[in-house]
Amino acid sequence: MLIGRSPDLTYADVTPKSIYLDRRKFLQGMGLAGVAALTGSRLIDLISPSRSVYAVTKLDTVKGPFNTSEKITPFDDVTHYNNFYEFGTDKSDPAKNSQNFRISPWSVSVEGEVAKPRTFTMDEILKLAPLEERIYRHRCVEAWSIVLPWVGFSLNTLIKLVEPTPKAKYVSFQSFYDLRQMPQSRGTGLDYPYVEGLRLDEAMNPLTLLCVGMYGETLPTQDGAPVRIVVPWKYGFKSIKSIVKIKLVKGEPSTTWNRMAPSEYGFYSNVNPNVDHPRWSQAKERRLGEIFRRNTLMFNGYGDQVASMYAGMNLKKDY
Amino acid sequence: MHRLLSNKWTKVVVFILCLAPLGALIYRALNGLLGANPVEFLQHATGLWTLRFLIFTLAITPLRKLFKLPELIRFRRMLGLFAFFYVCLHFLTYIGPDQSFDLAAMWKDVEKRRYITVGFLGFVLLIPLAITSTAGWIRRLGGKRWQMLHRSIYITAICGVIHYYWLVKSDVRNPLFYAALVSILLLWRLGDWFAKKERLAPAKAGTDRASASAS
Repeated sequence: MLIGRSPDLTYADVTPKSIYLDRRKFLQGMGLAGVAALTGSRLIDLISPSRSVYAVTKLDTVKGPFNTSEKITPFDDVTHYNNFYEFGTDKSDPAKNSQNFRISPWSVSVEGEVAKPRTFTMDEILKLAPLEERIYRHRCVEAWSIVLPWVGFSLNTLIKLVEPTPKAKYVSFQSFYDLRQMPQSRGTGLDYPYVEGLRLDEAMNPLTLLCVGMYGETLPTQDGAPVRIVVPWKYGFKSIKSIVKIKLVKGEPSTTWNRMAPSEYGFYSNVNPNVDHPRWSQAKERRLGEIFRRNTLMFNGYGDQVASMYAGMNLKKDY
Repeated sequence: MHRLLSNKWTKVVVFILCLAPLGALIYRALNGLLGANPVEFLQHATGLWTLRFLIFTLAITPLRKLFKLPELIRFRRMLGLFAFFYVCLHFLTYIGPDQSFDLAAMWKDVEKRRYITVGFLGFVLLIPLAITSTAGWIRRLGGKRWQMLHRSIYITAICGVIHYYWLVKSDVRNPLFYAALVSILLLWRLGDWFAKKERLAPAKAGTDRASASAS
């Protein structure tokens, strides 16, 4: 539920992007102009497009479990340095190219091996459970990492509602795809729509987040608005963005990066400092904001919560 | 054009232009414009400029011959040395922030990662070329031997594009663009070499026949 807001307001009632943007830009401009007047520097920030502020709506949240106390990566870094290949392959492309991405109306269909298949509107998703703020580490397969406060609730809340049948062993996810809205996806080397998957027990693990926001606000378009999955003990590409379909299935589902290069991106893709990417080491990572690399933690530091799911498995083989 | 290319001030201007990429990086660093991952930004920028300067260097000979501008040779050493300058900066970003100046760890990485191996090979091959780039060394080695040695820049350029190609995840458009440029410049040399051989071959065959009939 959206606490602190009258219940008849819907996701479509959020302040139009342009108005919000203008207001924030104006305030930011005022502040910067003052500083610039004093110091004569930082004027570049006023004209630099990479520092603009995007339309997001405040969400009321409760404190969630599994929070790390590590320093949170600045919002500007997280939102201007990321991968979302549908909007281009450069780290700055998603912020640049996703701003007109239409995220309303939005719905997610949950189907497959379930007793009660159902399509959830974005409003329904927002009201399924109290929105929790969870501060997670996020480790990209490219060996950089961030710490950020996501907003959402455990994916298992939603899965339980549709009542998986005993045949359901895996969960597959599909991103939204529309070439007209995502022309930069051409030539990026991947098949679209982007698909990902988890084993059912991984999807039901309380760490796995159905995520609708970050930094106390709705998700920016470049970070997978309006709803995505976050799996903090796996490499970032497993945390699929802008989902429209969740399907419970019998067999291991096909996943986008695995299709592109099976020897490089396995189905599991658990963060593992002992299993290198064939082309580069995964032993260390660069936390954004730091110069030198730090050691990568097994399961990205979430071993207590997830290691038991992989007991007896050879993680060098099932990478 | 010939006058412009032989003017001593042109060389100064080109020198300053070659420093512009470094200037741009320093400007960005001082103004916080290196993005969320400054190390990576510097790494990618210095790597790309190395590749570009290798291509500029390799373009001199074809341009000289195609446009009959022999004066262009004046700029070749400088462009090659700037390629070396940018690859040194590129290497510094690797040995420093990536490997924390740990030479043993670096060597393991060089051995194990083929994209590092090939990049490192290209870098190492440039070192003797930078050292022997002076007129004194040309004299000491003799023109022919010096030229043979300096042909290893072809290998460095090939190493550079492979290094780039193996680095990217799935979008190979940029590496392929640079690979195409290097291919054109090297294939032109191959074509030039064959053309020269053919020009010489009939003449040589002619002298052979002449000497045979004389005996």
